[in-house]
Amino acid sequence: MSPLAILMSAFILSIVGLGFFIWSQRAHLTDPSTEGSEVIFAAGEIGTPEEPAGPSSTTRSAADVDDAELLARARADASTAPLVFFFYCCALVWLLVASAAGLTASIKLHAPDWLTAEAWLSFGRIRTVHLNAVAYGWAPMAGLGTALFVIPRLLKTELVGGRYALLGAALWNAALVAGLGSLAYGVSDGLEWLEIPWQIDLLFVAGGALIGLPLILTLRRRQVAHLYVSVWYMGCALFWFPVLFLVANFPDLHHGVEQATMNWWFGHNVLGLFYTPLALASIYYFLPKVIGRPIQSYNLSLLGFWGLAFFYGQVGGHHLIGGPVPGWMVTLSIVQSMMMILPVAAFTANQHLTLKGNLGALRHSPTLRFMCLGGLMYTASSVQGSFEALRSMNAITHFTHYTVAHAHLGLYGFVSLVFFGAMYFVIPRITGRDWPWPRMISAHFWLASIGIAIYFVSLTIGGWLQGRAMLDESRGFMESVLLTLPYLKARSVGGAMMALGHVIFAAHFIRLLTARGASRRAQPASPFATAAEGI
Amino acid sequence: MHSETRLILGGLTTLAVATAALVVLPYITIADSAPAPGLEPYTPTELRGREQYIQHGCVYCHSQQPRARAFAPDAKRGWGRATVAGDYAYDDPPLLGTMRTGPDLMNIGARQPSDQWHLGHLFQPRAYVPGSIMPAYPFLFDVRDRADEGETIVALPPGTVPDGKVVVARPAALDLVAYLKSLDRSYPALAADQ
Repeated sequence: MSPLAILMSAFILSIVGLGFFIWSQRAHLTDPSTEGSEVIFAAGEIGTPEEPAGPSSTTRSAADVDDAELLARARADASTAPLVFFFYCCALVWLLVASAAGLTASIKLHAPDWLTAEAWLSFGRIRTVHLNAVAYGWAPMAGLGTALFVIPRLLKTELVGGRYALLGAALWNAALVAGLGSLAYGVSDGLEWLEIPWQIDLLFVAGGALIGLPLILTLRRRQVAHLYVSVWYMGCALFWFPVLFLVANFPDLHHGVEQATMNWWFGHNVLGLFYTPLALASIYYFLPKVIGRPIQSYNLSLLGFWGLAFFYGQVGGHHLIGGPVPGWMVTLSIVQSMMMILPVAAFTANQHLTLKGNLGALRHSPTLRFMCLGGLMYTASSVQGSFEALRSMNAITHFTHYTVAHAHLGLYGFVSLVFFGAMYFVIPRITGRDWPWPRMISAHFWLASIGIAIYFVSLTIGGWLQGRAMLDESRGFMESVLLTLPYLKARSVGGAMMALGHVIFAAHFIRLLTARGASRRAQPASPFATAAEGI
Repeated sequence: MHSETRLILGGLTTLAVATAALVVLPYITIADSAPAPGLEPYTPTELRGREQYIQHGCVYCHSQQPRARAFAPDAKRGWGRATVAGDYAYDDPPLLGTMRTGPDLMNIGARQPSDQWHLGHLFQPRAYVPGSIMPAYPFLFDVRDRADEGETIVALPPGTVPDGKVVVARPAALDLVAYLKSLDRSYPALAADQ
């Protein structure tokens, strides 16, 4: 039997299996909106938007909302407040570190004689510091902080064992300080996304386990029968990441080019099975919450979730197209990359149908603006990624800046924007304070979105031209380098705008903390205020 | 969905399928590929140089995986034939790379065997390749009035350093160049029956 036939039959078998699995968990097909999608609202609350970051008039309390449920939610918020606050502070610090490192690396690509005296500032190291500060600092701190806030709300209970997560976060951040320090100093394991030495990874494992523990403890105490969509994503992400991280960093286990296949199994799954689910879970929670209306279709979200869980895990091999690895593995990854269009389409349709008729909320809700743009970028970057995996397209884009643009569309345009939106919602809830300068939120939003637009468009064009030049053997290699220069400079402009947006975000956060009593939020739902005072 | 057990088990099953395809099967089939005939193990100096290559992040701009002729004109650029698993038998980890901001280096040792070229190019790439955007690595060298006995002086194009100064390569630079020169997979990839 040929490898192709084995591959084909395994593929068909697994798709049929997946189909049955999803079918077994479906809700009534004819029922457009089931109780499953309404668990995030208290009895009588549907139709009432919750948007702590918007002008207070938009968060009105309906008279017939069940007070006991609101009180329970306020208690859930209060139980996570100090913890989420710590996660978000760390996230902001790493966001600023990563922005500074990324901007430095970007400028160095078109000004190669700038800051060359110190080894730690050389491109190869500062670029690695940038990637790791995003991958293990900003994204997980913001994403896990949001998960810790959302999960008790979804399970209608208080967080259990929060102090474990606090200790875990402390360990995690200590590990990251040590890891970035060792990369800057020149100690690296040498695999992309896995550069931090495995000795330091032990600290990440201990910290991560302690962070995950309260979520499991809380899950066992849940007061709801139905697990909401966001819990699927967040719950699985918290089990997927440790498996990925442990298998990938296990010392002296991987050898030869198998290390390369493992490398991209990890590299793509940390995006697809960790950051992506955390960000999608945030959209699934905050988007309906802000517009006050449940998501449109429970079955579509089921398809989106299990499709992602199944297909995303196998796409990593598309990073090795044309490389010295088994052809069947690359083919499998290409096929599954295309199959990713299914869950992405399911998510996109669901988001569109939920938002339909509620777009007016975009005008006054900063959370919704970040979430909507982020959701659109998820669709855009996923579809782009699927096509980028095709051999004909990959021959041009592989090894070029086009890939860098794509990576930032996903991790910034999608994941980071969604986390920004979540943080603008959550911070007033955990601090009991209003954002003092709403215009700063707009400034952040526009700098981030115009910045990433310039970044993405310029590098996409530059990378495409670079790839075309490299495929034409009549053109010297240097031509492919020189033609990218204007696009690399434009990328620095876009990157500087994004970084400026982050500085504004951080300054606004500090202002919120230091502002005196006047900005104390008059709580619309009075039970919340009572519970929040008791923190 | 009502059951967290079914959720987590389902999630771990899908990850297990992915891990089987991308990690376990390659582990069984290619993790211990025999060295390609003609491939020599690295010397201790070359291995130290490889550490330099890793710690300075050369891999973020240079690939080590020429592709097949049917796919891309890598061979016509002088980067060498498409590599096979056995070419990386002594590479821990293999440094395949994902970017070609600079050229592929799998056969840079065969293409450019001159120590002096490599040393000078690391000190100031733009003295050799006009318009190059490769970083300069001055911290791998000392610029002094004169060199001591046994030290390697780098012969640079005129005007690269002030008159009367000499550039001396530090051991790290010499190791790195030894590694670059060892990058030579110009032997045939496979015997005819493979």
